[in-house]
Amino acid sequence: MNMTCRALLGATVSLTLAGAAMAETTITVATVNNGDMIRMQSLMDGFYAKHPDIKVDWVTLEENVLRQKVTTDIATKGGQFDVMTIGTYEAPIWGKQGWLVNLNDLPAEYDVDDLLPAIRGGLTVDGNLIAAPFYGESSMVMYRTDLMEKAGLTMPEAPSWAFIKEAAEKMTDKSAEVYGICLRGKAGWGENMAFLTAMSNSFGAKWFDMDWKPQFDQQPWKDTLNFYLDLMTNYGPPGASNNGFNENLALFQQGKCGMWIDATVAASFVTNAKESTVADKVGFALAPDNGLGKRGNWLWAWNLAIPAGTQKEDAAKAFVAWATSKEYLAEVAAKEGWANVPPGTRSSLYANPEYQKVPFAKMTLESINAADPTHPTVDEVPYVGVQFVAIPEFQGLGTMVGQLFSAALAGSSTADAALAQAQAITTQEMTRAGYIK
Amino acid sequence: MARKTTPAKTAVVTIAAWTIGFLIFFPILWIIILSFKTEGDAIKSPLQVLTSGWTLHSYAEVQTRSNYALHFWNSVILSLGSTVLALVIAIPAAWAMAFVPGKRTKDLLMWMLSTKMMPAVGVLVPMYLLFRDFGLLDSRIGLVVVLTLINLPIVIWMLYTYFKEIPGEILEAARMDGAGLKSEILYVLTPMAVPGIASTLLLNIILAWNEAFWTLQLTTKNAAPLTQFIASYSSPEGLFYAKLSAASTMAIAPILILGWFSQKQLVRGLTFGAVK
Amino acid sequence: MATEQSRTAARLMVSPAVILLFLWMIVPLGMTIYFSFLRYNLLMPGMESWAGFDNYYYFLAQPAFTSALINTLLLVGGVLLITVVGGIALALLLDQPFKGQGVVRVMVIAPFFVMPTVSALVWKNMFMNPVNGIFAHIAKAIGVQPFDFLSHAPLASIILIVAWSWLPFATLILLTALQSLDREQMEAAEMDGANWINRFVYLVLPHLTRSITVVVLIQTIFLLSVFAEILVTTNGGPGTASTNLPYLVYAQSLLNFDVGGGSAGGIIAVILANIVAFFLMRMIGKNLET
Repeated sequence: MNMTCRALLGATVSLTLAGAAMAETTITVATVNNGDMIRMQSLMDGFYAKHPDIKVDWVTLEENVLRQKVTTDIATKGGQFDVMTIGTYEAPIWGKQGWLVNLNDLPAEYDVDDLLPAIRGGLTVDGNLIAAPFYGESSMVMYRTDLMEKAGLTMPEAPSWAFIKEAAEKMTDKSAEVYGICLRGKAGWGENMAFLTAMSNSFGAKWFDMDWKPQFDQQPWKDTLNFYLDLMTNYGPPGASNNGFNENLALFQQGKCGMWIDATVAASFVTNAKESTVADKVGFALAPDNGLGKRGNWLWAWNLAIPAGTQKEDAAKAFVAWATSKEYLAEVAAKEGWANVPPGTRSSLYANPEYQKVPFAKMTLESINAADPTHPTVDEVPYVGVQFVAIPEFQGLGTMVGQLFSAALAGSSTADAALAQAQAITTQEMTRAGYIK
Repeated sequence: MARKTTPAKTAVVTIAAWTIGFLIFFPILWIIILSFKTEGDAIKSPLQVLTSGWTLHSYAEVQTRSNYALHFWNSVILSLGSTVLALVIAIPAAWAMAFVPGKRTKDLLMWMLSTKMMPAVGVLVPMYLLFRDFGLLDSRIGLVVVLTLINLPIVIWMLYTYFKEIPGEILEAARMDGAGLKSEILYVLTPMAVPGIASTLLLNIILAWNEAFWTLQLTTKNAAPLTQFIASYSSPEGLFYAKLSAASTMAIAPILILGWFSQKQLVRGLTFGAVK
Repeated sequence: MATEQSRTAARLMVSPAVILLFLWMIVPLGMTIYFSFLRYNLLMPGMESWAGFDNYYYFLAQPAFTSALINTLLLVGGVLLITVVGGIALALLLDQPFKGQGVVRVMVIAPFFVMPTVSALVWKNMFMNPVNGIFAHIAKAIGVQPFDFLSHAPLASIILIVAWSWLPFATLILLTALQSLDREQMEAAEMDGANWINRFVYLVLPHLTRSITVVVLIQTIFLLSVFAEILVTTNGGPGTASTNLPYLVYAQSLLNFDVGGGSAGGIIAVILANIVAFFLMRMIGKNLET
């Protein structure tokens, strides 16, 4: 055997090795079927250009199915996903269990300090960042400027609940199918209870006192629920007890709602002339309050997290870092316009003069900043979370209580009965789970 | 009933049957219509929907967003695979129960049917753990086995009732002629049993195709059938009627077409021993 | 008659099915029974502890349990009533000669091929939605306030949706049975002056009895575990107005991630389903005896 032969052999070997190093790593990303995530799937070229060795497989699911699947998988260590899209509710609970990979070592250009403090705070467990926010939202009042004018009112930047009621009354014209106010009524911890829990904060109510005793038998909750029922039965649309985000969005887009208090992300839908018939007649205001120091807005973010135990941690991190980076925001802006950029995660976005031209940018930022997940209520509470209580039992509890309140809205039960039942169920579950000694 | 008909009666029957048939079919027709509309048009009133323009936009979007071919292929493999496997296990069992009945045969059948009543949601976590430990999560094999077991009781029962209608005398005669067990099955029973087996097969394919709990829970991407395809279009933020309609049409079309073409075969065996 | 040899062969032939179903029943079920005695929340691993009968107590003691039980029975009964009565009527109609029989039959059986999730989504959004649904549009066109089906008649709406899916199945079986009816007998009865009702009650109905039992049995098995339709449309609400037993188990085990409680609920559901099955089987057994 001569040298040439050996050299050839060696070359072949090193080529093979190089080939192996270049081999594709495929990561599986579980995500929710919301517009911003769908958009990302069509904008992957930027990522592939940077990481030609990583391939991303998407599993896109409806929110409830997604949540239940990823939870089952991570809790049983099924290992089906390398990146999961999770909410602000799951993040602290999972982080505490040590189920998520720390994201402290993201590259310097990621600029962690640029993340909005309220959002970042919700994703930090024991000083470690355990998920990266993809988009963040709060809730705010969206209203029809033309109807407001017709009613002879001006929406203040920070309205009170009393004003909302007055405006709802004056805007309602049932014969023309215009309802003064649209609010969530569909049962679910992330549906009507997200709204009602946030609303109750501004009425001085809370889920639990410092001994984890449920507080539904207290006056603030009675005030909250009665006010809500009064608003909805007199000035709300028919069938409100089945209305969630989507249903209300459709109503608002068709010009059937005078006001709508819901997620800030809705702003980009209702101002989109392609889908909305009222795109040029929408104004925004902070969620209402009662002068008690807390407003009725929530805080939520969809975040990308990496389950501990994945074999492809590096590739997963590279993806998470790209998908939540400034670079990605700029890419969306360049290709789809500033209004379509995933909102609510980075200060630099709101400092950008281009983005400030987007009509809902300022109010979104102010709403997010007005929420404080670590001090959500007027009184002191033992839990974290504005529109939820970050304990594992909350999904079930929230949904059960949500069903009771939804029944009260449908008229098949009364406010007092619903609250009494909520108190009983919550007390039973909390006793059973060992919170109430 | 009696075949004596007057033209007037036939006219009434024709109108009634067509009206009712149309009403029953209408929801499906409506999905198909909405799938060719824009999202904005899809939520309008029925008249406005019908007069608005037609578009393939929703199909194009569904096509770029999801890998329909993969989901379709998985649905085919899962429903066919589980059906064939179920038949292989069920035919001998049903044959034996029908022709060599013991005292306990009825109880055995009833017990088999009762396994179908286990609520799937209650055993999800144990199943998930089992699947994880055997490395079967997101595998077609695992799902084929589960779907087979779910439908096995119905398959056995259907075949049993069908086999029971085959008169025993024929077997006696065959035995007199000295036919062994093998040839008895091969030459005497099989031809008589084919219609029953065919309709069992069809019914099981339909049931497996439409199974939406396990197929959604135990798969992620490689083995995910059309039920998951649907789950990525239901209730997103924003308007979704047209896209959901397009996805639904694509998910139900294959089985609908199969069902229509094979309805004669399906009906022939759907007697469950009820027709004497 | 069967010989000893053929009996052995028969046992061999039945055994794979029996063993598989036995494993299928006993392995997950065994694990479920075990979990049902644990305090086990999926979100708090490592905290499992022996709970005795606590899970059973809490599952049975919750107010939702009774209403879930009643709803389950109403759902099964309601769908059975609609599909059997409707199925007989439809079968009688389709049995008549008329133009385009084939096409009409194809239209009538079509709903059976539609996935439960799809049919629930379609009915909920495109038909029953009080603002954008077709029913609402019709109501508005004739000047009536749209009725909000899923809030004010949730269980009835779900019964309607499920019945729509199962009506074709009942119709098909009953139609097949009807076609085997002895025509000569019918004509003889007609000549004897038996009217329409008499012929139906004394000839047609007895002939259909067995098919009706089959329809009832098969549908009951599937109807006891109706789940997807509820999940998609009402989430069991408002309140617990449309929560049935499987949905209650789901709420316990996959919303609360309370595996212990969910398992206890699952076991209770299995026991109740078997009680129903037992009565059903006795009824069917009598009817199907040859």
